[in-house]
Amino acid sequence: MSQEFPYLKDDSYVAVQRGPEPGGAKGAYRVFGETLRGLKTTMARLIEGPVTVQYPEEKTAVYPRFRGRHKLHRFEDTGLEKCVGCSLCAAACPADCIRVVAAENDPADRVSAGERYAATYEINLARCIFCGYCEVACPFDAITMGHDYELADYNRSDLIFTKEMLLAEPIVRTPLRGEGE
Amino acid sequence: MSLPLAEVGFAEATWILIVKSLLIFAVIFAIVPLLTVVERKVLGRFQARYGPNRVGPLGMMQPLADAIKLVGKEPYKPDNATGFLWAVAPMIVVFSAVTTLAILPFGDVRDGVGLYGIDTSIGVLFFFAFGGLSFYGLVLGGWASGSKYSFLGAMRSAAQLISYEISMGLALLGVVMMSGSLSLTEIVHAQEPIWHIVPQIVGFLCFMVAGFAETSRAPFDLPEADAELVAGYQTEYGGMRWGTFMMAEYIEMFVVSGIAATFFLGGWMGPGPPVLDPIWMILKILGLMFVFFWVRATLPRVRYDQLMSLGWKVLLPLTTLNVLVTAILVVAT
Repeated sequence: MSQEFPYLKDDSYVAVQRGPEPGGAKGAYRVFGETLRGLKTTMARLIEGPVTVQYPEEKTAVYPRFRGRHKLHRFEDTGLEKCVGCSLCAAACPADCIRVVAAENDPADRVSAGERYAATYEINLARCIFCGYCEVACPFDAITMGHDYELADYNRSDLIFTKEMLLAEPIVRTPLRGEGE
Repeated sequence: MSLPLAEVGFAEATWILIVKSLLIFAVIFAIVPLLTVVERKVLGRFQARYGPNRVGPLGMMQPLADAIKLVGKEPYKPDNATGFLWAVAPMIVVFSAVTTLAILPFGDVRDGVGLYGIDTSIGVLFFFAFGGLSFYGLVLGGWASGSKYSFLGAMRSAAQLISYEISMGLALLGVVMMSGSLSLTEIVHAQEPIWHIVPQIVGFLCFMVAGFAETSRAPFDLPEADAELVAGYQTEYGGMRWGTFMMAEYIEMFVVSGIAATFFLGGWMGPGPPVLDPIWMILKILGLMFVFFWVRATLPRVRYDQLMSLGWKVLLPLTTLNVLVTAILVVAT
């Protein structure tokens, strides 16, 4: 090794396996064999069948922690909104896409469990980068990242989701990946 | 040893010939568009995907959609194209491809009607004559387009087709010597004891390789090597003129498969009653077409010098050797 390459002092390099010389009868024979090997490989793919997911009809299942479109939550027992309008999510948002306007709760007709509630809660999904910081920042788990990923729309203004839209259940449920899938 | 002369006593009425030619035309022109979608689907399966499956049931209406798209396109002609030759080139190609269909035998003579277009006593020569004529279409089309890409593509295809034509002819020569006739029906009859693919396996393989080159299919699709030549001689063509070129390519593929099935795979012969003869022939042709698709899905395009060296240094000596050995064996036995 070091006789061939005297400038290489150690054995820290890997000898490259070079292909055999092309051409000649030997080459033609080898090409024939390799061609058959290639044909076998493609035929194996044919037998395996397609791996395509027929997207609009079949959807890729998402992982439980997939960060899709946001959801706002209510308390299941009382039906009150969890959001208290603290704007911590808006402060945490790196894309600055959340707008919260808080208002005082009327004790006779409460909207949220806290002292205040979000009179306006808007997320501009055209700007959202789906980082999930809002979810992390929220002290009451009022906002979480859902599983919806089909968010295309015709107008940018349609991508501004209001509180009612975020509170509602998504129309189309996204398939969820099970354990070990 | 007396050579058998051509059978000239058998003649059919003119109306039978007309009906037969119309029938062959109708059947082939129904099969060819389906072949385009079948090729895309098979190719898709080879690549672990589905291929076209949106238009109609199983995507089988795809060729109709393609045809409507092609017909609806503007018939654009480049300014420096030589008009008449440019327009006539795709016609020559499709004409020569379709004409060869006439000699493919789909069955024996039945009730005075042969299940083939015409049984010429020079069957093989007919095939090569019209195969040679299709070069004119390609070369004229490439030259008359007035474009460098087209011209280079046409030059390539001319060189490729001429060099592979020789090996193709020599590959068939072994079969011709074994059956002692040029007529395709006679060649099929000569395969009654054993199909020619068994003694002529070298000839068959060489014929198929030359056939890939002859029909400019992958891995020898150099005339239309899109990475280097845009689309070769087809560059300046659009709409149905381009569609005609594509159709001719598929018909040629069908013809080459048919010739291979006739010469090596026993033509129409197969188990079952004689009614099934055309079915067997078509099945054999489709099987060989599948090999075309399979090879297309497998092999990358060869380099131009590799193509030439394969044709002249491997195929030509191999086929010549095959012919010599066959000749010696035929004379010896």
